[in-house]
Amino acid sequence: MKVLVAVKRVVDANVKVNVLADNSGVDLNNVKMAINPFCEIAVEEAIRLKEKGVATEIVAVCIGPKAAQEQLRTALALGADRGILVETDADVESLAVAKLLKAVCDKEEPGLIIVGKQAIDGDNNQTGQMLAALSGYAQGTFASEVTVDGDKLQVIREIDGGLQTVSLNLPAVVTTDLRLNEPRYASLPNIMKAKKKPLDTTTAEELGVDIAPRTTVLKVEAPAQRSAGVIVESVEELVEKLKNEAKVL
Amino acid sequence: MSILVYADHDNASLNAATLSTVAAAKEIGGDVDLLVAGSGCAAVAEAAAKVEGVAKVILADNAAYANQLAENVAALVTELGKGYTHILASNTVVAKNFLPRVAALLDVAQISDIIAVESADTFKRPIYAGNAIATVQSADAIKVISVRGTGFDGVAAEGGSASVEAVDAAHDTGVSAFVSEEIVKSERPELTAASVIISGGRGMQNGENFGLLEKVADKLGAAVGASRAAVDAGYVPNDMQVGQTGKIVAPDLYIAVGISGAIQHLAGMKDSKVIVAINKDAEAPIFQVADYGLVADLFEAVPELEAKL
Repeated sequence: MKVLVAVKRVVDANVKVNVLADNSGVDLNNVKMAINPFCEIAVEEAIRLKEKGVATEIVAVCIGPKAAQEQLRTALALGADRGILVETDADVESLAVAKLLKAVCDKEEPGLIIVGKQAIDGDNNQTGQMLAALSGYAQGTFASEVTVDGDKLQVIREIDGGLQTVSLNLPAVVTTDLRLNEPRYASLPNIMKAKKKPLDTTTAEELGVDIAPRTTVLKVEAPAQRSAGVIVESVEELVEKLKNEAKVL
Repeated sequence: MSILVYADHDNASLNAATLSTVAAAKEIGGDVDLLVAGSGCAAVAEAAAKVEGVAKVILADNAAYANQLAENVAALVTELGKGYTHILASNTVVAKNFLPRVAALLDVAQISDIIAVESADTFKRPIYAGNAIATVQSADAIKVISVRGTGFDGVAAEGGSASVEAVDAAHDTGVSAFVSEEIVKSERPELTAASVIISGGRGMQNGENFGLLEKVADKLGAAVGASRAAVDAGYVPNDMQVGQTGKIVAPDLYIAVGISGAIQHLAGMKDSKVIVAINKDAEAPIFQVADYGLVADLFEAVPELEAKL
């Protein structure tokens, strides 16, 4: 079975972003970029399926600028077989990303699609579900365990208060949650090998997808700042302050 | 304008998050209809009819919606939603699952996790783990929106007298099936509904030590949460996670124990009214947002706190 994974280029999770002075967005100049952590979990899961003999080929797809080749190379170094970059400098919304991925899926015909549950820049949590809806596929979102069983996919999902198990027809879309797996690190030999793996580039025009935005970001502001309070010396003082000053006990 | 609000429930009772979503709908303006989709959920529809400011309750009671399968619920909401200018849902796991499908099927953008309504087409939402707030304007004919509960004060659960209209709309796409569910039964309140929360981080060292927090929680009637670090380390289940990729909470009192205060955790709790931090590292970033900080070994401070309550 061919598995398609999507990876997004985002600001590294450890970077604290700053809002631009003109409120047009956040400052992305000279900021470290990386694969979105949830996409990394998606890549890892695909690799594990290949190691189990379930997946035969892993295709990694990224929608982003030319520089996003770095993230695809990382996915290839981790174990993906081929990369496809849909090159665009535009800020592509989730719906358009889903349409682009669907166009790629129509060509590649994967048996399973694994994507991250959300990207840590836009925090939208939409793309996987949108792709599933556009394709008429079932979805297993917020997955913590994925098992292929013949022509069905069993997914254990993280839900409020516990876990839910669903059985899905394949092809299906899975979105990853934290506990699905712990991504490996790429070894140096694999990083070298990844440079020789095929990486194709295409565009939204070539795929025939309209990516014109539906929303406009009018402004981006810094959130209201919380100021640091006081350091108390003892548990006794803490309880006293919570009772008499904050009045929350 | 006309707004369809999706009611979050467990077939027995209405989730309080829906009251916040109705409040957001009322800020947009226009008639607000509440859709109750489930199986054997007539009691929920009755409760929904009493919610302040609701014009009509639409009841879709069918086995296809028993477990809120995204494929089936999205098909229903897409069909019913076509007659509205806005479709709103609380950003609970249920809506996070099905709502983007609705947007895609209607070929419109979804605006996720709004915290304020600026006008009927303009909304504020956090991005980058709450490190920036974007004001977003939608050009779509139908606006599909998920609402962050902590951003809006809920309307009253009683006082309304909406009519209940049953619809006979069974959408069973047949591509997915519910197998089982394991819900942890807890005497403690839900994280998103609790007025007091005590959370533990990597400093707890293991899952058993969360018992220390549970003892304090029992005295305060509090919920117990965790940082992503504690979930990643396998100490506790993911549904306890507070943060950008977990639950967003805003209780009256939030006690962070052994939590350093990573950006992604702060994103989930910094709107709490009063924040207490207990950490042995005086340099931990959590102290920069805490109203009261205690630099101490949690294994001494937490039992002492429990004894003094």
